[in-house]
Amino acid sequence: MSQKIKKFLDKFGYTRIIIILFLIMLFIAAFALELQTDSLISGILNRAGMNMILTLAMVPSIQSGTGLNFGLSVGILCGVLGAVLSIAMNLTGWQAFLIANGLGIVFAIIAGYIYGLLLNRVKTQEMLIGTYAGFSVVSGMCMFWILAPFKSPKMIWPYGGRGLRVTVSLEDTFDKILNNFLLREYNGIEVPWGLYAYIILLCLAVWLFSRSKTGIAMQTAGSNPRFAESCGINVDGMRIIGTILSTVLGAMGILVYAQSYGFLQLYNAPLYMAFPAVAAILIGGASVHKASIAHVIIGTFLFQALLVVALPVTNAVLPEGNLSEVVRIIISNGIIVYALTRIGGGE
Amino acid sequence: MSKPILQLIDISKDYYGNQVLKKVNLTVQPGEVHAIVGENGAGKSTLMNIIFGMPVIHNTGGFSGQIIFDGEPVNIDSPKVAMEKGIGMVHQEFMLLPGFTITENLKLNREITKHNLISKFLGDKMKSLDMESMRKDARKALDTLGVDIDEMLPVEGLPVGHKQFVEIAREIDKTNMKLLVFDEPTAVLTEIEADLFLKAVKKLSNEGIAILFITHRLNEVMQVADNITVIRDGEVVGRLSREEATVEDMARLMVGRKIDRVEKSKKVNNGSQENILEIRNLKVDMPGEVVKNVNLDVKKGEILGIGGLAGHGKIGIANGIMGLYPASGQVVFKGSKIKLNNPNDALSRGMAFVSEDRRGVGLLLDESIEKNIAITAIQVQGKFLTKILGINFVLNTKIREHANKTIKELDIRCTGPEQPVRRLSGGNQQKVCIARAITLEPDLLFVSEPTRGIDVGAKKIVLDLLLKLNQEMGMTIVITSSELAELRSICDRIAIIYDGKLEGILPPDADDTDFGLMMAGGYSDMAKEVS
Amino acid sequence: MMGKQSSWNIKKTVSTNIVPVVFTVLCLVGAIIAEASPFFLLSSVITRLARNLLLVFSLIIPVVTGLGLNFGIVLGAMAAQIALIAVVHWNITGLGGFTVAALLSVPISILFGWLTGKVLNKAKGNEMITSMMLGFFANGLYQLLFLFILGGVIPMKNDTIMLPSGIGIKNTVSLKGLKYALDNVIMISHDSLAIPVFTFIITALLALAIRFLLQTKLGQELRCVGQDMNIAATSGIDVDKMRIIAVILSTVLAAWGQLIHLQNIGILQTYGSHEQVGLFAVASILIGGASVTKATIGQAVLGTFLFHLLFIISPMAGQKLVGEPQVGEYFRAFVAYGVIGVSLGLHAWQKQQARKNKLEDI
Repeated sequence: MSQKIKKFLDKFGYTRIIIILFLIMLFIAAFALELQTDSLISGILNRAGMNMILTLAMVPSIQSGTGLNFGLSVGILCGVLGAVLSIAMNLTGWQAFLIANGLGIVFAIIAGYIYGLLLNRVKTQEMLIGTYAGFSVVSGMCMFWILAPFKSPKMIWPYGGRGLRVTVSLEDTFDKILNNFLLREYNGIEVPWGLYAYIILLCLAVWLFSRSKTGIAMQTAGSNPRFAESCGINVDGMRIIGTILSTVLGAMGILVYAQSYGFLQLYNAPLYMAFPAVAAILIGGASVHKASIAHVIIGTFLFQALLVVALPVTNAVLPEGNLSEVVRIIISNGIIVYALTRIGGGE
Repeated sequence: MSKPILQLIDISKDYYGNQVLKKVNLTVQPGEVHAIVGENGAGKSTLMNIIFGMPVIHNTGGFSGQIIFDGEPVNIDSPKVAMEKGIGMVHQEFMLLPGFTITENLKLNREITKHNLISKFLGDKMKSLDMESMRKDARKALDTLGVDIDEMLPVEGLPVGHKQFVEIAREIDKTNMKLLVFDEPTAVLTEIEADLFLKAVKKLSNEGIAILFITHRLNEVMQVADNITVIRDGEVVGRLSREEATVEDMARLMVGRKIDRVEKSKKVNNGSQENILEIRNLKVDMPGEVVKNVNLDVKKGEILGIGGLAGHGKIGIANGIMGLYPASGQVVFKGSKIKLNNPNDALSRGMAFVSEDRRGVGLLLDESIEKNIAITAIQVQGKFLTKILGINFVLNTKIREHANKTIKELDIRCTGPEQPVRRLSGGNQQKVCIARAITLEPDLLFVSEPTRGIDVGAKKIVLDLLLKLNQEMGMTIVITSSELAELRSICDRIAIIYDGKLEGILPPDADDTDFGLMMAGGYSDMAKEVS
Repeated sequence: MMGKQSSWNIKKTVSTNIVPVVFTVLCLVGAIIAEASPFFLLSSVITRLARNLLLVFSLIIPVVTGLGLNFGIVLGAMAAQIALIAVVHWNITGLGGFTVAALLSVPISILFGWLTGKVLNKAKGNEMITSMMLGFFANGLYQLLFLFILGGVIPMKNDTIMLPSGIGIKNTVSLKGLKYALDNVIMISHDSLAIPVFTFIITALLALAIRFLLQTKLGQELRCVGQDMNIAATSGIDVDKMRIIAVILSTVLAAWGQLIHLQNIGILQTYGSHEQVGLFAVASILIGGASVTKATIGQAVLGTFLFHLLFIISPMAGQKLVGEPQVGEYFRAFVAYGVIGVSLGLHAWQKQQARKNKLEDI
């Protein structure tokens, strides 16, 4: 009997169980503290939707064998650049959102291709190199944000100061454009149907891709490069496709994030944005070698629920300081370390 | 005669019920050079591992029998014990650190140290290295071997032969060395280096060190060995002294005849003279199985065997042609030249390959049987696909249909087409590999080591299956195998590869001596001597 | 003939030291653009060298042992800061306070190094990214300790360094009593030039200790593990233990390095001082021409010099060039990240190349 339980635990993953138990504990505490459950649930739905696409971006990179995409900030910057340009063109509403996406995707395809070429040169060290490639691109873009000759008053500092603002409000452009689309309220719980429709659409696209000839080739290249080669699959090419897809999803993901947040964050904000996405998919049960859409959905919900519930609970218990932020750092980085120590395992 | 330094009495060993050594007896005198010859898998390496106390032996249930070393029964359960008793081993692959000097390598973890101010407080680990004394020792060991290389050179960049000498010097530098074991020592050496090496061996034996020498270069055996033991299938099949031994005898003993030929209803097409594949000057850089220059023709409709000892490049040929390892040369298939280093080209022209590395290259272990069977055909030939909005999607129904049919035809024992291949037995995994290859409906099928690691019953089934494919579907098959007996049981012709080159082609019913000589590289030498 | 020989040698020297050469040129160009006075640059760099050298030295042993660049020295810095908080709390000042902090940081950093080593032994082949993530993870635990446990779980009372609520340590803690504790033992000052001679002496002694250590039996074993873990194991060396020893030594040195750094600065940013330690040290040693598998004291010194020179120059050059010192600051972050990315990338690429294409040898 205990053998069986152990087997089940092994299969389900200890980390996931710990996270779920922790979450249950938080919920119990939330009830005990008589926190407003409807607003908590609305918060979870909102935060999970906001981050889902960024987590989804991990899937193609894991499947194509380049591991967790620690350089996701490359894609994020493409999306941000798309948004900045659409603001500069003075677009608003859906038009702004679509153009931002369109431009972001084009940039991401180019950047993803170059990034993919880089990753093919540094096989087995993709995650480390990806991290620093991402970091340096972010700081390189910082110089661009300062020097870029944008004139739109929405983006530059109101009273002197050079360059773009650190956070650019999207109020007049595409603030909450997905969130407010088909937003319905049930007993105080807000469900952003539009946002979720968009997410489902993108998840479906990724799933359909995985059923296509190219998608299967990409997964094969990822799970066993030697085998893939023996099937006549161009492994390096597939890795580039995976990297491009991941970068494109990163660009689209940050736009979903930004519209929900209401602000576009420039400069150093994208520096660490890959880490929560990495942590989320790992919490969902993915590994460096294997990931599915189910991992994305489960992981993002668990991780964001944890953060959303932890904030008011810890604030009620310890009003001073930001305990929930510390918990976030420990959990998200801890799970990444754990996953890294498991790479050699398996066979 | 003095008392023997090493006596092995009734040594037997099995790996999970698979008997690899049967009651082996062996006696070595001090100062004797004793050669052990045998085919791959004959049990030579296992025997050496037992003498050296390698963990692989003790992790698999130990062995039975007794070892008497220097007059006393001993229990050698780790390499450390072996070293302490005075047994040294020179490994086939080099155990040298490229960034260290020869001296440092020679003294690896046996450094001579001296106290300094700090080590007196913090312990022996803080002792300084006494490089001067280490250097002297290294010089002495190298001089013993008669090698004139600077002992302070870094190992990186040394010629292979010198590295070998450093390894040997390391062993003889160990005090009280009484028995030195060499595992295929000359395999990597040039002829001149090999000569130097053999001289060094003689020198050592003159100093009273006994030497156990594993090899399949029969000429060298004749040059240095005092006594020769031939092993086949884990048994001693011959003991010869140098005076009474001839290369032919050794070759015949080494190969022997084990399996009867599978009765083959003779086909019409194996008399075909048309070449389906012509290989010219093929070179393949496959680590451990380098192909240096092979010229070979494959006739349409035949089963061609490729044999030879491990490490001589027979495995590299199919891998090179199929584009899995960097290759150069010219390969003509059905009249047109194929692009080398391009698996897709080889596959789409109608060749297929079942890899020797079944779990590494041959299968996606965690994927279903049906996916494994279909994937190459999907990618190379666009089978099982349907186009929706310009995108090729996979049709699972078609795959399922095909998988069910193939599972039945090849009799793959499984719970269904969705079972992950990892859970299948070795024989059934091999069938999945073959199923994947024949889904491509190839004109030419390469199969490497088809029966490696699968049990006896399944071996016959796999071989029968290959025979069936050849006879009923007219598929040309090239089988690469280390088991000569298996090749002789179903092939029409057998090509023997030695030292990365084609040594010769024999009919399956040729004499044992010829096979033995070819595999040991002695065939061309003999031919030279005769002519 | 002779001339040809020597010009070829120059070419070779340049190409094998391409990274430091490029950065030297970069610094020169920057200095010219910034129109900085050499005297000012020199005095600033000397201060920064004294502050940072030991932190950079702490990277050498793990490189030699084959663990690559140990981003986990952040944990050493944390150990130092834990010790510092204790010393400030006990109100021990001057050289005595510094010495107590240095002694106290040893057991803490040994513990941290041991844990880091354990984790890195489970992540063979991915040590660098794991050590980096471990640094981030430890930062969470560090914040938990300093924000909530001190005063919250462990009783502690100190109005000057604790938050008004009585739980947690303030964002900045003044190290007034410890400022220049080590530097001032022997300090040569002339005009605005101040050379903390004693700190340099201590740093040099520790550099010699590293050098000595690598020439002992232990050092030989560490180097052996660094070259090939398999061969080391067959020769009877306890590979995992050696790797842990390397990480512990690195962590202890980093803790001392961080103490030297903070006694010079005089202010502890409780939640920020340690964060960039790994990044800057790694970037420094790489700029000096070190790689993932090879690092020397000389490279560490040269790299620290160049990196900090660039650090001083780039905001000045940014100001002159585009009227915006921020640009220079982003530029040096870009350089720090970029140089790590590029040199690690080059290393991985070379390794991949070496595995490939040996066809010509046949």
